[in-house]
Parts: sequence; structure tokens; C-alpha cells
Amino acid sequence: MAEQKRERSSSERRGDASTEQDVAPAAADAEITERIDDLLEEIDSVLEENAEEFVKNYVQKGGE
Amino acid sequence: MTAGRVLGTETEFGITILNQGGFNPVAASTAVVNGYADRQSRIRWSYDEESPGSDMRGIDVEREGDFDLDTGLVNTVLTNGARLYVDHAHPEYSTPETTDPLAAALYDKAGESVMVTAVAAAQRLLGIDERMIVHKNNSDGKGNSYGAHENYLIARATPFRDIVGHLTPFFVSRQIFTGSGKVGAENGRPDVGFQITQRADFFEEEVGLETTLKRPIINTRDEPHADPGKYRRLHVIIGDATLNEVQTFLKLGTTALVLAAIEGGGLPGPVVLDDPVREVWSVSHDPTLRHRLTTNDGTRLTALDLQWSIFEDVDRFTRTTGVSAVWIQVLDEWERILTDLGRDPASTSDRLDWTAKLRLLDGYRDRDALGWDDGKIRLLDLQYHDVDPGRSLYRRLVTRGHIRRLFTDAEVERAVSDPPQDTRAYFRGACVTRYRDALVAANWDSLIFDIGEETLKRVPMMNPLRGTRGHVEKLLDSSPDAATMIRALGGNDG
Repeated sequence: MAEQKRERSSSERRGDASTEQDVAPAAADAEITERIDDLLEEIDSVLEENAEEFVKNYVQKGGE
Repeated sequence: MTAGRVLGTETEFGITILNQGGFNPVAASTAVVNGYADRQSRIRWSYDEESPGSDMRGIDVEREGDFDLDTGLVNTVLTNGARLYVDHAHPEYSTPETTDPLAAALYDKAGESVMVTAVAAAQRLLGIDERMIVHKNNSDGKGNSYGAHENYLIARATPFRDIVGHLTPFFVSRQIFTGSGKVGAENGRPDVGFQITQRADFFEEEVGLETTLKRPIINTRDEPHADPGKYRRLHVIIGDATLNEVQTFLKLGTTALVLAAIEGGGLPGPVVLDDPVREVWSVSHDPTLRHRLTTNDGTRLTALDLQWSIFEDVDRFTRTTGVSAVWIQVLDEWERILTDLGRDPASTSDRLDWTAKLRLLDGYRDRDALGWDDGKIRLLDLQYHDVDPGRSLYRRLVTRGHIRRLFTDAEVERAVSDPPQDTRAYFRGACVTRYRDALVAANWDSLIFDIGEETLKRVPMMNPLRGTRGHVEKLLDSSPDAATMIRALGGNDG
């Protein structure tokens, strides 16, 4: 098996984290919202029909 | 670490039948296992407790005689070396033994595919029209939990107090990347809209043997299924069943690396938490990751701070020892997930179930103005985990490209049929494939054959790293039937 050594310092990466806040432009926001709406509509079509009933009946025995 | 560590998972699946509130979960789970078993032969599980002292020579025929065989037919062994059985009132899948977290995550994922096939078979077996539904989750939201356990073979020589000392803060804080997310609180914990893990609410002790009540952060069950003089099996019960492959890889890989660092004496004294059990709940109940844990000297730090500190120690230790590529991949993913969780937890929704689920639920809550206790929100919380690819919400996210995967569907299907090549699971799985008619029973450390003689023949496999493809393929290839193979093994001893 190939042996490798890690050289990179994790604390450097950690320091970067706080400065990496990139602000999404409004156009990208709109696109994301549209994609999520689309996703939710797709999920609506596969969701079990009677949510309240399904959740009420969902009782499991403890395990392990 | 280069030699690999034997590890694997066990998953109990939630089971229900649509519109049948009073269905019998034991009968349904039994049908799941028997339905799948009918596709192959009915190989039983052996509960024979006798463990030979040592078989360091490798595979050998140990003895003949009568064995304590499970006759309930609610246990079977698969061609990939896995075990499928009924545990309490749940179908359960245990992966074959693997030697790295990538393989373990693959075989964990293969268990979902096994379940899909098994459920279809069960439905035919029971002759029911109503849909049987199986979830890879850990809670019904009503105070009942079932497990997703991890197993790691560790050196017996490592003092158990070191394991407890280091793993406790690690387990409390790793929840931020091991949770699969849950709506609400259970088991008397303070109410919360959404929490990071399914399991946290059920943990009540720091260390103990129990798994069904008063669950401990560190479980002391110790059946190594290997030489007990050299090994113990660390049975980890404080984790969620995860669907995201990267997350499963992270959960198993980081834990295995921490264990290696403990065994290697490479960690400074651990952080001691003032009240670890309470911190398990508090960390899980705070998806903003701002909660500060209290240590015994009064220091306050977040779960993320704690993870960074453990990561840095493990990273340093690992760099001095040198490891193979898969472990470097664990360190890279670990570092990246901590970085991204620190920046914006939502940015990890491609790798973590809890953040993916939270995004989805927030989308619904925004669109339909729903509260956390709305039936639809609770349904989404359950259906995220449905193993049926047509119903699984996780799978919808995959199809839409929202989820990072580590495996192709073809690789997962291969793992359903083929065993890992580098552990005794290879021998077990290959014997199921080749000699199923003669193989009457199996368990983790032995196989029992009926080769038409007066007594049954037992082949012990006490060393998980024996019986690999390298060790036994030639033997299997030159044995057209089990009798030939057994005779060849018998002539082998000495």
C-alpha cells in the first residue's frame, strides 16, 4: 500500500474558514429558490397520501 | 494502521405496513428475512458458543459433532458474507467484516439494496396488497428507538479507561457530522423543533452494558468473534443509521483513526466533560452549532472546537506514522466537513443527512407555512429514510444531483452479491455461493457443513484476517464440492 505523508497544516485551513464568506448574488438566490420549489413539487408527488394518518400509525417496537 | 482495522456495521430497520396500525412487526420482519432467504438456500445461524483457543494456522476443520443451530429460520447468511436476521421486531442487516471505512460504507449501503429486494419478497410471501415500508432510521418519533451499531476490532492490550476517556468527548462532539436529523424531542427531553441526531435523546449513562434501556455513550459489550486474548470488539451504539455515503465513511473512518491514535499512544490527555450525557442531548438539540460544552475545569467550548482539537491531534499522530490512501481521504473529508460546518452548516447538505433533511424541511416550512409539529413535516422526516428508491426522499436528492456519492449503483449491486476479499467474509460468502446445499449453518467465526457423513463438520474462522481470497481461492477453485474442500482442509493440519 502506498504510504503518504500529510504536509498541510489544518490550523491554516481552519483560520481561512471565517474569511471565506462569499455572498451569493441575488440572481443566484432566485435560481436556488426556483430549484428548491421544483424539488418540493416533485417530492409532493411521491409523499404518502395521508400524512397525519401515516405518522399516527408509525409505531415501532424498541430494538437493539 | 497500514494493516487495516477490522470493522463493520449493524442496522436495524424500521418496518411498517401501510394503513395497518395493528400489524405484527415480528411476523413482517420474519417474512423479510425468509423472503430473501428463499432466493438462496436456508442457511442457518449457529449459536454454538464454543470458541477454539486459536487457529493462527488459518482455516482448518476443528471438530465434528452436534451443534446448537438456530431453527427459527429468521437468520440467514448472504453471498456477500453479511448476516440478515430478525432482531426484536426489526429486520437487521450486519455487514461482512471489512478492513477500511470505504469498504464498510459500501457494504452498509448494500444493506439498503438487500432490504428493497427482501421487502418485495416478503410482500409476495405474505400475499398482502398493502405496501410494506422499511425505513433506515432509528426512531419512530414516539419514544421508541432501534439501533445502528458500529463495530471495531481493537487491541485487548489498550487500557479500556483510555478508550473511555478519549472516545467520550469524541462521541459527544462527532454528532455534528454523524446525525441523520429528527423533528422534535423524545424520551422526556426538552422540546425542540429539529435536532441533529435520531439517537441522542435515548442516551442516559456514560458507560454500560445495556443497549435497550439506559443506553450508555460507551457500550461495554465485548464478544470479539476473534482471539479474545488479543482483541476486543468495540461495539458503538451511539450513532445514527446514515444514508449519505460520505457521512457513513466519515463516521466510521474518523472513529477508526481516533482508535488508532489511542492505541498508538498518540493523543494528549482528553478533554473531560463535566456532564457528558447532558452534552449528548445539548449538542444534538442545537443545529446552529453554537452550544458550548462545559469541561471539568470550567472551560466552555463548542462541539466544533472539540472536534477541531481532536482532529489536529489525530492528524499530527497520523502524519508521523504514515498511512495508506484511504485514511488520508478520511482526514481530508474530516477537515473539510469541520471547515464547512463552521462556515455554514447548510453547505454540508451534499454530505450529511441532517443538513440535507433540514434544508428540505425548511423549504416546506417556508413554502407552506408549516410548524414543526405539522403531520406533513413529520412525514417528510420519516420518508427521507424510506429504502424504496421510488419513495425515498434521500434518493430524490441524489437523482437531482444534490448529494455527493462515493459509489455507483453498479458498485453497490456488486457488493450485494460479492464479499470483501481481504477478510474471512470472503470464505463465508464464497462458501454460500459455491456450497450452499452442504452449508447448514454459519456465524461470524465458523461454518458448519453437512457433507453426507454421520456428523457435521465445523470449520472455525477465529482470525478475521484469515480466509481471504488470497488464502482460500485456490482451495475453493480446486474443490468442486464441499466434501472435497473439507477433506483438503483436513489434510492440511499440522
